[in-house]
Amino acid sequence: MRPDIVVIGGGTVGAAIAYGLALRSERVLLLDGGDGDFRAARANFGLVWLQGKGVGLPEYHSLTQGSVQAWQGFAAALEGQSDTALGYENNGGLAFCLGDEAFEKRRAALQRLHNQWNGGEPDWEMLDRGTLQRLLPRVTLGPEVVGASYGRLDGHANPLRLLSALHAALVRLGGQIRGNATVRAITAAGPDFRLDLGHEAITAPRIVIAAGLGSPALARQVGLDIPLRPQRGQILVTERLPAFLPLPASGLRQTADGTVMIGATNEEVGYDTSTTGDAAARLSRTALRTVPALAEAGLVRQWAGLRVMTPDSYPIYAQSESHPGAFVALCHSGVTLAAFHAESLAAAIAAGALPDSLSPFHQSRFNVSQAA
Amino acid sequence: MFRKLHDPGAQAVTITIDGNEVQAEIGESLAAVLLRQPQAWSRTTPVSGSPRAPYCLMGVCFECLTEVDGVASVQACMTPVRAGMRVVRQHGRRDFAA
Repeated sequence: MRPDIVVIGGGTVGAAIAYGLALRSERVLLLDGGDGDFRAARANFGLVWLQGKGVGLPEYHSLTQGSVQAWQGFAAALEGQSDTALGYENNGGLAFCLGDEAFEKRRAALQRLHNQWNGGEPDWEMLDRGTLQRLLPRVTLGPEVVGASYGRLDGHANPLRLLSALHAALVRLGGQIRGNATVRAITAAGPDFRLDLGHEAITAPRIVIAAGLGSPALARQVGLDIPLRPQRGQILVTERLPAFLPLPASGLRQTADGTVMIGATNEEVGYDTSTTGDAAARLSRTALRTVPALAEAGLVRQWAGLRVMTPDSYPIYAQSESHPGAFVALCHSGVTLAAFHAESLAAAIAAGALPDSLSPFHQSRFNVSQAA
Repeated sequence: MFRKLHDPGAQAVTITIDGNEVQAEIGESLAAVLLRQPQAWSRTTPVSGSPRAPYCLMGVCFECLTEVDGVASVQACMTPVRAGMRVVRQHGRRDFAA
């Protein structure tokens, strides 16, 4: 098969775009990297999340809101295409506030974002402790919990099932996936791109670079300078417990299987996926201040992943000007934005041009003088 | 099934499993005691409900989780027998009140 388009990167971002392209009858080849590559998609916390996102870039709030609102339909279609249950729930989500100061700080941050966004009714509200307690009847909250922010559109899903479902659906739609296929070089070959895999080469008229932290080296070869850094996030998970937490929270969610995920750190430690005892202690301490009874629960695993982080933390979506037909898609919210990637973004890439609405996410925003 | 090869003599103690008195030896692994019982299983899984018995006997597989003296999800293979120990087989997800 000669592909219409090659997606470089088989993580949640690349797979969602590839799935969306296949839905639009493109012949898609998805190139996935090696087992030893950094794989943020396999370390994800699993929130489908809106509240608090987009401070300083309200377009990101709108983008995220669109994806979150599309998630239900996206999930239903993907489950049908893959016979995989994603465990998606969208009954809202919480950010617990420990202490009055944290509560006011949270309110102020959400209000500031809302004022910047200016996009209609707020999708969040601040809940006092009493209201929060009524939402969580089976939880004895820690004494420091004064309340929470509640995002109406927030939810969660199983991120590993999502990744597996995207791959399965892509294949079912006629797409191809090649594992252990690391792209070593990209060169122009007439109107096409030639991808050097070492033992062979693939040519295609269009490519999408969605290779996470491996992207800058590839993007440079098609004229795109992508500033990225890794940011480590560590997560803990407990043994399976009876259901007690009906809503996911930022940093604390109970999965459909009963395990409780506790996360996540934000660490600037370079390309290091080690876990640390210090992080386990800090994450546990915060969780126990919120739900003290978790002290009884056994931890069964701790892991670390590297977020794909841009200088302002927001995504990069761009088409190369010097190499038209080469696109880049990078972000650290691959689960939340999966619906957007599979729908609007895939449609735009299939049509050959990104819409003006995505211009705030072009990487040229990082070109302005640092001194300005 | 399994049987003990030697007489524990003065080290013999009585513990209870699901309320039934059982003979054991101080310091032997609780998993070994469970494996000597007519019902050798230690718990049922929260996923399918099927019974699980001590398997790896070295602390890595977590199949032998039981409640010991009121503490849930204790690894029986890593727990030496003490006199008067109260052991309860664990059914599905452990008890937990948040």
